[in-house]
Amino acid sequence: MRSPLSPEMATQEVPLNETLAHLKTESETLKLKLEEERAKLHDVELHQVAEKVEGLGQFVMKTRRTLKGHGNKVLCMDWCKDKRRIVSSSQDGKVIVWDAFTTNKEHAVTMPCTWVMACAYAPSGCAVACGGLDNKCSVYPLSLDKNENLAAKKKSVAMHTNYLSACSFTNSDMQILTSSGDGTCALWDVESGQLLQSFHGHAADVLCLDLAPSETGNTFVSGGCDKKANVWDMRSGQCIQSFETHESDINSVRYYPSGDAFASGSDDATCRLYDLRADREVAIYSKESIIFGVSSVDFSLSGRLLFGGYNDYTINVWDVLKGTRVSILFGHENRVSTLRVSPDGTAFCTGSWDHTLRIWA
Amino acid sequence: SAVRPNPKEGRKMEKMIVAMQDPDMGMKLRNQRLLITVIPHAMTGHDIIIWLIHKYSVCEEEALHLGGMLVKYGYIYPLKEPRSLVLQPDESPYRFQTPYFWTSTRWPASELDYAIYLAKKNIRKQGELMEYEKERYSLLHKKINHTWDFVVMQAREQLRASKQRRKADRIVLECQEQAYWLINRPPGFLLFSSVVLQIEVHRRALGRNRVKSSICLEGFYSEQYQNHDPIMQGCLPSNPWISDDTAHWTMNTEMVPVPTRLRVERWSFSFMELLNDAMGRQEFMLYLEKEFSAENLYFWQACEEIRHGESSKIVEKVEEVYKNFLAPGAARWVNIDSKTMDKTLEGIKQPHRFVLDDAQMHIYFLMKKDSYPRYLKSDLYKNMLAKAIVPQETKKSVFPFMRRQRHSSPSPAQAVAQATEEEGRHKGAG
Repeated sequence: MRSPLSPEMATQEVPLNETLAHLKTESETLKLKLEEERAKLHDVELHQVAEKVEGLGQFVMKTRRTLKGHGNKVLCMDWCKDKRRIVSSSQDGKVIVWDAFTTNKEHAVTMPCTWVMACAYAPSGCAVACGGLDNKCSVYPLSLDKNENLAAKKKSVAMHTNYLSACSFTNSDMQILTSSGDGTCALWDVESGQLLQSFHGHAADVLCLDLAPSETGNTFVSGGCDKKANVWDMRSGQCIQSFETHESDINSVRYYPSGDAFASGSDDATCRLYDLRADREVAIYSKESIIFGVSSVDFSLSGRLLFGGYNDYTINVWDVLKGTRVSILFGHENRVSTLRVSPDGTAFCTGSWDHTLRIWA
Repeated sequence: SAVRPNPKEGRKMEKMIVAMQDPDMGMKLRNQRLLITVIPHAMTGHDIIIWLIHKYSVCEEEALHLGGMLVKYGYIYPLKEPRSLVLQPDESPYRFQTPYFWTSTRWPASELDYAIYLAKKNIRKQGELMEYEKERYSLLHKKINHTWDFVVMQAREQLRASKQRRKADRIVLECQEQAYWLINRPPGFLLFSSVVLQIEVHRRALGRNRVKSSICLEGFYSEQYQNHDPIMQGCLPSNPWISDDTAHWTMNTEMVPVPTRLRVERWSFSFMELLNDAMGRQEFMLYLEKEFSAENLYFWQACEEIRHGESSKIVEKVEEVYKNFLAPGAARWVNIDSKTMDKTLEGIKQPHRFVLDDAQMHIYFLMKKDSYPRYLKSDLYKNMLAKAIVPQETKKSVFPFMRRQRHSSPSPAQAVAQATEEEGRHKGAG
C-alpha cells in the first residue's frame, strides 16, 4: 500500500498525538466539573417561570415582498439602519443593494470570487462590506453616480487564510468584525486595513458572529463547526465564556435584545438559548417533526419570538419563554440560508437558495 | 437538484421511516393497484399524511411538507410517476426504499469522497496539498486505512476520466470541486492550540461567579417591550410592509418635531435606550445643561468616538479630550474620582483605543445612577411625554384590490453626499 507522506512526517506525529490525547482528557475532565458547578445553581426552568405569562394567539405572517434578481443561491443579507434598504449576496458573486419597500435594485456589484457568504451594511448607510471564498472582507462605498463602477472604489480590509463566513461593522463605519473558515475571528480598522485584534479558540471553522448590545459594548459571540458558542472580550482577545451543548455545527448566533442571553441555530435541527449570567443553556427549541438543520435565527424586537430559517425551506416561529412552536411559514422553494429582523422590528427578511429574498410581516 | 441531506438529517429521516414501518404503531401497508399490476406492501400518499399528522401532532400542511421531504430524499418512492419526487395527498401509491440505498449506509461517504479528492490532488501534483490538508490526509489514512487501496484506485480513475474532458471543462470542474470541499470538508480535527485554549477557558469558567437561574430567568419576562414589538402588537398608524403606507416611518425618523408616545416611553426603559435614540440623547443633553453637568455627556460622546473611530485619529482625539475635559482648569472639566483620574492621566501618555475606558465607564454610571432617574422625574420629560403623538390606526382600505403606490425614499448615501457638497461650497465661498 502506498504511503501518502514521507516516512519522516509519519514518525513525527506520534509524540504529538500522545500529548494531544492527554490534553484532550484534561479538557474533558474540566468540562465535566464545570457542568456540575453550573447545574448546582440551576433551580428552575425557563418554561416554569413562564407559566404565569399569557400565551400567544394565532400568528398570521405572510410574504409581503419578493425580491428577484439574484441569478443563484442567496447566501447572506443585512438591513440598513433606515429600516427599508437591504444588502444581499449570492453564490455567483453578486452583491445587490435593494430598497426592499419598493423592491427596486439600487446598486449591484460583482465580486471577483464566488460564494459571497458574508455581507453587511455600514451603520451610516453609505457603504457595504462583503466577502467569501476570496478569504477577504472588502468595503464598497455606495456611489450615487449611476455611471460609476462600484468596484473601482473597493477597499480590501480583512485577510484570512480561509473563507470569510460572516462580517459585521461595529458601532461605526470604521471597524469590522469578521469570522472565518480558518477558525478565527478578527477585528479590523477599515481605513488602514490593520488587524486590531484576533480571536483564537475555536477548533474548526467559525460560521457566525453577533455583537453584544451591552452598555459597555465590548463583547461578541461566535459559533462554529466545533459545536461551540464562544463569548469574546474585544479588548483583550480572550474567550470569556464558552458553551458546548449543540450536537452539530452552529450556523447562527444572535443576542437577546437585553444582551443578557443569546440564541443559536444548528445543523442538529435545534435552536438553543444561553443565559450569560447563569452561564448555561436555559432552553432548547425543538420538535420531533423538525429534522432539518437551522441556518439562521433572529429575535423579534421584544425578544418574545425567535424566528428560525431551516434547511427544509421553512421558517419556524418559537415562543422564547414557553418554548413552544407558535407558527410554521412556507414559501421558499429551497433552503432558507439567512434571516434577519428589520431594525424597527416591523418585518423580517429571508434569503434562500431559491435565488429570492422575501420580506415577511 | 436535490442536495444531499447532512448525515444527522439523514439519520433522523431514517428513524422516522423505521417508525413508519413499526409492526404495531406503523403504517398499514396493503396491495396497491398500478394499472394492471398489483404491488404488495405499498401505501397511498393520503395514508402517509394521516400517519404523520397523528404521530407528530402537526397540521395537514406541515405533514404534506414533511412527507414531501421523505420522498424528495428517496426514502419513499412513488410508483405512478417515478421521476416526480413529490408527495401527492391522494390515492397515489408509494413504497419504502430498501435500506441498502439509504444515504447513511454509504458510510462514511463524505470522508471517503474527501480522501479521494485529496489523493487526486496529491497524485496530480506532489506537494500541492496545503498544511491543513496534509494533516487531514494523514489522519484519514489512519482512520480509513482498510479502504485506502480503493481511495487511490478511485482517485486514479477519476483523474484519467477528467483528462479526457476538454481543458476548459476540466478547469471549471476542478474549481467547483475545490470550492465544494472548502465549504463541505468533514468536521476538522482538534488543533493542538485550540485544546490548550479550551483548558484555559474551562479553568476561568470554574472560577467565575454564577447567578441562580431563578434570578436570571425572572428578568426574561419583560412585559414593557411587548407593546413595542410591531410583529406581536402591530404598529401605528399601520405596518408599512402590510399597508404600503410609510407614515409609521415618517413619524419615527431620527429627528421629528414631535415624537410618538411609544418612543418617549421607551426612553424610560433603560439609560441605554435613551442614549441610543438621537432625540432622546438631545433631550437629555438639554436637561444636563440645566443642571450644569452637560460636560459628562459631552465627555462620554468624545470617548465613544475614540473607541469606534479610525486608528489614525486616536492620538489627536485623545489630546483633544485631555485639553477639553481632563486638564486642570479645562473648559468642560469632568469630575472623576482621583484614583481613576491618576490612572487615566498616566495612560494617555501612551494613547491607545481603550485608554479612556475606565474614565468613560465612571462617567457613564454616574449619569445612569444620578442624572437619568432625575431626568425621568423632570418636567422636561413629563411634558415631552404629554405632548407626544399617539397616531390613529389606519383603517384597512375599503377597496382591498387597490394597492397604494410605493414611494421611494432618498438613500442615506445621498444625504451624506449632499452634506459634503454643501460643506465644500461653504468652504469655497469663505
